Amino acid sequence: MEDMIKSLDVARIRQDFPALNERVNGRPLVFLDSAASSQKPVQMLAALEQAYRTSYANVHRGVYYNSERTTDLYDQARGKIARFIGAPAPENVVFVRNATEALNLVAYSYGRHFLRAGDEILLTELEHHANFVPWLVLARERGVRLKFIPLTPQGTLDLSKLDELLTPRVKLVTFAHVSNVLGTITDPKPIIDRAHAIGAKVIVDGCQAAPHMPVDVGALDCDFYALSGHKMLGPTGIGVLYGKAEVLDAMPPFMTGGDMISNVSFDSVSWNDAPVKFEAGTPAFVEAIGLGAAVDYLAALGMDAVRAHEREVVAYALDRLSEVPGATVIGPTDPDIRGGAVAFTIKDIHPHDLGTLLDREGVAIRAGHHCAQPLHTRLGLTATARASFYIYTELREVDALIEAIYKAKQVLRK
Amino acid sequence: MEDLYRENLLDHYENPRHHGTLEHADFSHEESNPLCGDRIRVDVKLSEDGSQIVDIAFSGDGCIISQASASMLMEEVDGKPISDVQKLERQDILDLVGAPLTTARVKCALLGLKVLKAGLYQYLVDHQD
Repeated sequence: MEDMIKSLDVARIRQDFPALNERVNGRPLVFLDSAASSQKPVQMLAALEQAYRTSYANVHRGVYYNSERTTDLYDQARGKIARFIGAPAPENVVFVRNATEALNLVAYSYGRHFLRAGDEILLTELEHHANFVPWLVLARERGVRLKFIPLTPQGTLDLSKLDELLTPRVKLVTFAHVSNVLGTITDPKPIIDRAHAIGAKVIVDGCQAAPHMPVDVGALDCDFYALSGHKMLGPTGIGVLYGKAEVLDAMPPFMTGGDMISNVSFDSVSWNDAPVKFEAGTPAFVEAIGLGAAVDYLAALGMDAVRAHEREVVAYALDRLSEVPGATVIGPTDPDIRGGAVAFTIKDIHPHDLGTLLDREGVAIRAGHHCAQPLHTRLGLTATARASFYIYTELREVDALIEAIYKAKQVLRK
Repeated sequence: MEDLYRENLLDHYENPRHHGTLEHADFSHEESNPLCGDRIRVDVKLSEDGSQIVDIAFSGDGCIISQASASMLMEEVDGKPISDVQKLERQDILDLVGAPLTTARVKCALLGLKVLKAGLYQYLVDHQD
């Protein structure tokens, strides 16, 4: 056993990411928007190309060589992802388009089947729209009430009133493992255990966690876990819903059609078993194979090492930003409880103007409400700027960010 | 970038023309850009026969592009017949800004015109004979 976490060889890693060598507006690209979508390693791109170039055919259809080979690759990818997130079996992994679809699947299938008027769903004030709007729609449609775990002034979840919030009417509890705005890492286990104690099911939105730190859904004991492939080196159009076997089995299908059936006659139909029950039609199997290659890449680096690297970059960014006059970091200041995203404001400069001026220096950041409007309203802000980091981020890129911010201040005379 | 955030644009942002609200406006309209929260309200006073803008003001908050282009638009349309306003298009605003904008920022620049046209349209619907 190794006690020391190995550290990432970032210079070596960057060689696997051709897009990082591009120049933008005549300057080397400084890509600080991985929380929105990550760049892609050549190993993942090669897996996509090989799946399309060699022995390509649809899955779960033919009895001929190509179809069986592609089906094997698809099944292998499911197994790789199950192992990566600590799922007990590949059958716990449902392939979807993205985390938004994963959360909608739970809202439509589980929510509409099991929730009744007067039931309650407990979420938090920091959710991304993807883990808020599906519940809002369900609440309106079914007379279900939404309740929110509030925030502390530091930007963490205020769990002091959790027992009061967890009334017997609460049937679902859902929260982001890591906030895409505040960066806050929430320890899911205590919330999951307390929710289970009152019989509620728990959904964890792992979009900003699974790419950045070790995740073990088995140990967490959550009922569902959602993630997006494109944020973790994978292609677009593929995401994952993890579900406990007994919960997935009890749920009706979300969409119906081919592949997800067991028997169809002119007047009746029976469903296939999970996960295929939730994968109507031809799935994005090449993208799933690509995501399999992406998690191979991450697993080889070691997720403890990934987390340690990002913690270092975040700590450095918090430090450098604190030197900039007028800069305010949103969210916790302790890098131990922060994921790879740092949202901030610069006094008297609108985030969009900052984003445009930084772009001219080749620095790519996100500006806006980051699909978390209720949170921004709660914070009294309309928009923030956000720099986010990943396995390929170097400290010199944080320096480039800071330099570009000073330059923007100069141009705008702030 | 200096060519976009140049003197003229920054001047309109820091010293906006026709900034504020009108007490006896014939119509007022407000909209925001949901992406970034830019918000603009326009108040318009028309001539007796309703054919011409005789006074106009805008208020709101947001990025430099949205607020400065609204200020430029106010100067452009003040005193003009409403038929001229109806003819204004995207390119006219981009010409006023006078520097290349990326796709994402074009929306910011066009917010003022969008608000003015939507308000005028509603006024004309409400005042059909």
